Amino acid sequence: MSLNKDTIKQVAHLSRIHLKPAELEMLSGQLKDILDFIDKLKKLDVANISPTSHILAINNVFREDVPKNSLPADKALENAPVKQGKFFGVPKIIE
Amino acid sequence: MELYRLTGHELIRKIENKEASSQDILSALTQRIKAIDAKVNAYVRLSGSPEHSLPSLDQTSILRGIPISIKDNICTQDHNTECCSKILEGFRPPYDATVIGKLKNSGALILETKTNMDEFAFGSSTENSCFGPSHNPWDLECVTGGSSGGSAAAVAADEAVWALGSDTGGSIRQPAAFCGVVGLKPTYGRVSRYGLIAFASSLDQIGPITKDVRDCATLMNIISGYDPNDSTSVNVRVPDYTQSLVNDVKGIKIGIPREYFVEGMDEEVKKRVEEAIGQLRALGAVCQEVSLPHTEYAVPVYYIIATAEASSNLARFDGVQYGLRTEAQNIIDMYKKTRDKGFGQEAKRRVILGTFVLSHGYYDAYYLRALKVRTLIKQDFDKVFAEFDCIITPTSPTSAFKIGEKINDPLKMYLSDIYTISVNLAGLAAISIPCGFTKKGLPAGLQILAKPFNEEILFRVAHTYEQNTAWHLQKPTF
Repeated sequence: MSLNKDTIKQVAHLSRIHLKPAELEMLSGQLKDILDFIDKLKKLDVANISPTSHILAINNVFREDVPKNSLPADKALENAPVKQGKFFGVPKIIE
Repeated sequence: MELYRLTGHELIRKIENKEASSQDILSALTQRIKAIDAKVNAYVRLSGSPEHSLPSLDQTSILRGIPISIKDNICTQDHNTECCSKILEGFRPPYDATVIGKLKNSGALILETKTNMDEFAFGSSTENSCFGPSHNPWDLECVTGGSSGGSAAAVAADEAVWALGSDTGGSIRQPAAFCGVVGLKPTYGRVSRYGLIAFASSLDQIGPITKDVRDCATLMNIISGYDPNDSTSVNVRVPDYTQSLVNDVKGIKIGIPREYFVEGMDEEVKKRVEEAIGQLRALGAVCQEVSLPHTEYAVPVYYIIATAEASSNLARFDGVQYGLRTEAQNIIDMYKKTRDKGFGQEAKRRVILGTFVLSHGYYDAYYLRALKVRTLIKQDFDKVFAEFDCIITPTSPTSAFKIGEKINDPLKMYLSDIYTISVNLAGLAAISIPCGFTKKGLPAGLQILAKPFNEEILFRVAHTYEQNTAWHLQKPTF
């Protein structure tokens, strides 16, 4: 599996991580090695195997839709780098 | 013997017999940390004495005000919890992790100055910490293992009575093996993950790192149990694990998987593990070779699933709610620059790899395929546990390597998890205990695996082996 630099740039964009050119170069090489290693999984016949997305036999863990005590806004904002009233302050999202 | 050398249960006895107070113990431990932590670097953001919670006033609590050390990814209310990452610099959680609440209710004194770890638990050496590596107390030029390296080193060097770590692919067991202490990864769902800053949500567990097996059982009694705040915790009764500390393995059937004794593993480690198996045989256990045929696929499966889950869990670190923010003109640039500045190399590598394996066009070939192979790995264990009480393997193919030796070769580093990783993939419980030393004086670890919710057998076999050997009484020369 070849992971070319354009693909890595695209994936870095999806990951919302800015990569410097030297990092892109190094990552290219390392990810190629890792993916080559991971490719051994292709040897296996998994046609009739169901995926294990969760190891425990529990599902539909619900609770009653009744309001309980939750984190007050001021506590939730305590660590915010920028806050405006009861909101997290961020740069412009919509042009 | 100085107070800081003792185990938790020995300290509880001292307090009960009025030979020492919890204040004496905290004092002794503080002096010890001040004396040696500059060399070991087990604690992070340490300035003078470690910070700690208020001592419990309850004279009859289980843990009697004895201090416990905590890995930097477990939330303690209003006290810095940063996963040893620049991106969480200054973060003070607004709540305690469930395990912290349980420890406080049992009378523990929480050391709020945290132990060192690989950033976001990404690593097997604690070299990926933004605070620099911890040093192995048995040889300061060697790694402690990771990612719970700080906790393991602190316990080994008697700078902690006992500690909590977390384990996603071996991060409790491998550093325990490298540092010559006990480390247990509970069954997935046994211990609440609420308040554990998530790496891989289907693999993570919090667990104890201790000086002996009794202390491990004592902590497991306290931290285990169903938590409505963690929808992946399981409502299975918590037994009194100390009742399993029985010195008897007669008739216990132990499987020894042939795939875990590979070419290229350290000969000395192999010998120590084989000698340990011999001792268990002499004590009456029935040890037989078994096969776990999909073992060689565990590392690739893990590095797809764990990185995929990590890429999702780390999306929240974007400069908005907490931690580091790098200003920019628009929000996308703010995310990208913040994450560039805040994440270390390994974190970037894993997030990018994880995003890739989940992305359109690659999801089926990588992520979905890995989930199917995970099923095959689990089935291997189910077959063995149908006939055997437990499985024994080495914890790691090598003893502690030198700082700097593997850090530039990610793949080589990933392969050091080869014996621990399947346990998380299959949701099993496993413990690592010391089983001797290599010729260079570095510890070797023995790993015992049990089927889900059968920690009892781990305690029985580990305790028996420990009580018939003296490895746990040996200390590094500090």
